[in-house]
This record gives sequence, structure tokens and C-alpha cells, in this order.
Amino acid sequence: MAFDAEEKFEELRERISDLKETAEERGIDMSDQIRELRDRLESEREQAYEDLSRYDRVKLARDQDRPFTLDYVEHLFDDWVELHGDRRYGDDGAIVGGWATFRGRSVMVIGQQRGRDMEENLKRNFGSPHPEGYRKAGRLMELAEKFGKPVITMVDTQGAYPGIGAEERGQAEAIAANLKRMAGLRTPLVTCVIGEGGSGGALGIAVADRVLMMENAIYSVISPEGCAAILWRSRDEAGKAAEALKVTAPDLLELGVIDEIVPEPGGGAHADPEAAAGALDQVLGDHLEEVADRDPEELVEERREKFYAMGAWEEKEPPDGARLDR
Amino acid sequence: MSWFKKPKQKLSSEQKKELPEDVWDKCDECGEILYSRRLAENRYVCPECDHHFRIPAAGHIDNLTDDGLEEEFDLELSSADPLDFEDSRPYPKRIRQAEEDVGPGDAVRTGRGEIDGRSVHVGAMDFRFIGGSMGSVVGEKVRRLATSALDAGDPLIIVSASGGARMQEGILSLMQMAKTAAALEQIDEAGLPYVSILTHPTTGGVTASYAMLGDVILAEPGALIGFAGPRVIKQTIGQDLPEGFQRSEFLLEHGMIDRIVPRPEMKEAVSLLLHHMT
Repeated sequence: MAFDAEEKFEELRERISDLKETAEERGIDMSDQIRELRDRLESEREQAYEDLSRYDRVKLARDQDRPFTLDYVEHLFDDWVELHGDRRYGDDGAIVGGWATFRGRSVMVIGQQRGRDMEENLKRNFGSPHPEGYRKAGRLMELAEKFGKPVITMVDTQGAYPGIGAEERGQAEAIAANLKRMAGLRTPLVTCVIGEGGSGGALGIAVADRVLMMENAIYSVISPEGCAAILWRSRDEAGKAAEALKVTAPDLLELGVIDEIVPEPGGGAHADPEAAAGALDQVLGDHLEEVADRDPEELVEERREKFYAMGAWEEKEPPDGARLDR
Repeated sequence: MSWFKKPKQKLSSEQKKELPEDVWDKCDECGEILYSRRLAENRYVCPECDHHFRIPAAGHIDNLTDDGLEEEFDLELSSADPLDFEDSRPYPKRIRQAEEDVGPGDAVRTGRGEIDGRSVHVGAMDFRFIGGSMGSVVGEKVRRLATSALDAGDPLIIVSASGGARMQEGILSLMQMAKTAAALEQIDEAGLPYVSILTHPTTGGVTASYAMLGDVILAEPGALIGFAGPRVIKQTIGQDLPEGFQRSEFLLEHGMIDRIVPRPEMKEAVSLLLHHMT
């Protein structure tokens, strides 16, 4: 367990299992005591998760035990035909995509995929895509558009990979092209940030009609560690940076960047992946229902206006002589 | 050229003797002592080694247009502080400091001008304004510039110089990438030309949005252009970077830009492109 909050509950868990053992061994009924302890564990755990600092949530969002894209694919969809390759260079394991059936409807599912062990992480590059991943995603979005099928994307990445090959093959161009492509895609797009939404690498598959976020997911312009290294001159100040950057789902809802928070089960999505998938199924289903049969031209216009409205500025009179057009 | 303020250089007392104020400049690259007027005439490109000095937004606009801007847009837009962001200094203080040092308009100046008599919409970034970073104001000004070009049916030209998205506006800065890309999608749909000019340095969120979306992408020689900064890449991969990595010449070789154009020839190059693309 990468996340510290869980450590506090180890003692309670041990006491519960000890009680169970004793009850079985001696053949006595201790169910009242066990239930009491379980309730206590549950409520303390819920409280702990409510009290999380922003940086706690960052760690939680990155937890290896959280459901990943392919876990949700398994729970949410009736079938899954994975498609591979960008037709330009290769097949990026950090982005998966394919056809699936969601509530009786054909959809294109695209998501960043992390790995749980070293072998899978090598294949998935720890969920950090190369340009070919973004180009595969773009290709699949256009395929969905061709057949008028909705696109569902799942965001879960520390960021686009910063490497030599990634730069040589145009990481920036690959992301930029996707932003433009999504802005004009004549088919519905719904996104959910399921874990970490790391900067441009996350946005590269997340310009959508509806943007959802799991309760313990984060979404940020830069990693708290990267921000701390620049502004506080030490990665150890990531906690301060996370607070300042306001990276949690409630923060983003307040800033008007996301549309709805998908509630996670007590203790987080990893405590009960099935319940987490159930909640996502519900919220995703509701939003997709609202956009699925809309006129594509209207959708594009509304999507554009949605992103045009984002940002905050003031107006003030520029000083005399500052204008370039005098 | 009133827009060119001399870079504040730390000079040793010996050098100070050699460099009377406002008459001589020293090239950062080759160390050559240059006559300031000659340097200005050469558009702040070192006549000895072709090093392109960093110039302000107004300098790029002067360099590209017949007679500067006929109309400047949205100069009154100024950054708000949506996150109440504070690191070593509160964000509003940084903004006020930058406005004092550089001028209003945040990190991009936008407007309408002419190139060889042809009406164009033009934007130029200013690296001196918090590293040319893109927050809400830069994103909004670029978006409005594109929308205005759309209404006027004008070609769009943007000169980029940026360290990336502005951290102090958090996720709202990231969303400006989506906003500007969406505006360029409209330019594309309308069949209007967009020429993107990359100068030193153009990295991060600006590269991964409007800077790399030009119908034609030009770059000044020797400019650092990339998604991730060299330091981050070096840290991640744990090895030294190849010679010339992420410079204009490297991008040309890898098919990421169309042409490398020295600053004194930029206007002519853009003008000829617009001749073919309108």
C-alpha cells in the first residue's frame, strides 16, 4: 500500500481477524464485538479519507492498487476489441483503445494504462505515452467519428514521456494535433480522469463534451513535485505545491473545469474496485446519455464554447504610451 | 527602436570601461563587441555569428509588419489570481512586477497590421513577462485574435517564445491549450492560413498547442524548441543529451518544422507564404 493513511487501520484489522479466529477456535459467538469493530474501522476510514490533504490525494491517485483503464474496461463494458498502432511508427502500450459495448451502445474507448508490476510497467512505460500513443488515440477518435460512435476516454498518466525519442518524433505536435482534433470532432466525447491527470499528457485525450473526475483523482498543469522544484527549489515541498495548485476533484469542480465528481467507495476506489466501477458506470452512463444523440455540429459548437469560457482575468486601463498602435 | 531595452548584464569593472552605455553591445554567443546601431539595423542578430538576441513582442511585430499595428487588441486584459497562489511571492505581486518591468498586455501582444499591404492578424509573445508563460490572459488573447482573424478573413501569424503553461494559474493555464487549439480549428475550417513562428525558447504547453499547429511552421535559427525542457529530459533518462538536441536545426531534420528563417528575412518569407496561401 503506497498510501500512508491505510497504516493506521492495520491494528484494527488485526484485532478483527484475531477476534474471528478466537470465535472459531472456541466456537463462541462474538459477532457483536466483530461488527462493532468493523463499524469503527469503516467510519474512521471514511473520516480519514474526508480529511485528506491535497498531497495525500496525489499519492492516492497514483496508488498501484487503484483500478486502471483496463480494469474499468472489464467492469463497464460487455465486449472489448482492442485496436493497435498509429500507422506511423508503432504501438504505444501506454495508451490502449478499442471498440466496446456500453449499455447496448458501440463506443470507442481510449485510455492511458499503467502497469502493476515491473514487467507490465516496462510495456506500459508507467503510463507515460510517446507521440505514437497520442497519434493512435487520434486515429481511433477519427474512426469513431466516421461511424458516428461516441468516444469515452480515461485519463491516468503522470504526463507525456519526456525522452529523446519522444521529442524526435514530435511529442508536442502529437498532443497539439489531438487538442485540435478533439475540438472539432463531430461525435460525442466523454472523459473521466480516473487517477492522475498529468498536464498536457492528460489533456491530450481529454478535450470533451463532459469531463468527469473520480473523487480521489487529481488533475494538474504540472506535477506538485515539478512545481515545487521550480518555485520552492525543492521537490520535498510538493505538499505545499499541491495545496497551491489546487489539484483535487472538488477544486476543479469549483474552477469550472470538470462537470461532475464520481463518488468513490469508503476508503477509495482501490478498497472496492467493483463499487468504484459501479459508480463510474452510473455517472458516465448519465452523461453519455445526454450527449449521445445530439447533433454533431451543435456538440462541437458547445464543446468549443465550454473551453472558450475557461480562465480568469481582469480588465484595467493600460498606462499612457503603452499601446503599440498609436 | 524604443522597444529594445538593453539586457541588464553583469559586467566586470574591466568590461565596463570597454562598453560605454548605449553605444556598444556584446554578443552573448561569440563575445564580439558590436556597435549598437549596427546591431539594431540587423534586427538584433549578431553580424559576426548570427546569434539571434532575444527581443520583445513589439520587436517581432515591427520586424514583420509594414508599419507596426494599426490596431492593438485586448491590451486591457490583465491576469487575475483565481487560485490565490503564493510561493515565495504572491502571484499578483509577480504580475504587477512584470507589468512594471515589461509593460501591460501580459506575455502576448496582439492586433491587426499589414505585411506588404496585406491585412494580417498578428500576435507576438514576450519572454520577459514571467518567462512568456501562458495563463488565462495569453490563452484568451490568442483565442480572441483567432476569432477576430476569422471575422475579418485575415491570415493569422503568431510568434512564440514561452517556457510553457503558467503554474500560478494551475489547471486554468492547462485549459488555455485546449482553448487556443479549438480557436485554430475554426481558422482551419474557414480555410484561413496560420503561420507559426518559433523563437528561442518555445517549450511546454505553448509548443503542445498553438505553436505546433501552424499550416506552416517557421523557426529562427538556433532556437530551443520542445515539449519537455532539456533539464527534465536529462533527469528522466539519466544520460547526456545529443549535441544540438531540440534546436531549430534538429527539428527541421526530424520533420517537425518547415523552414529555418533568419530574423532579417522573416517578413519576406511570411509575405511569400501568404501570397501562396491566400
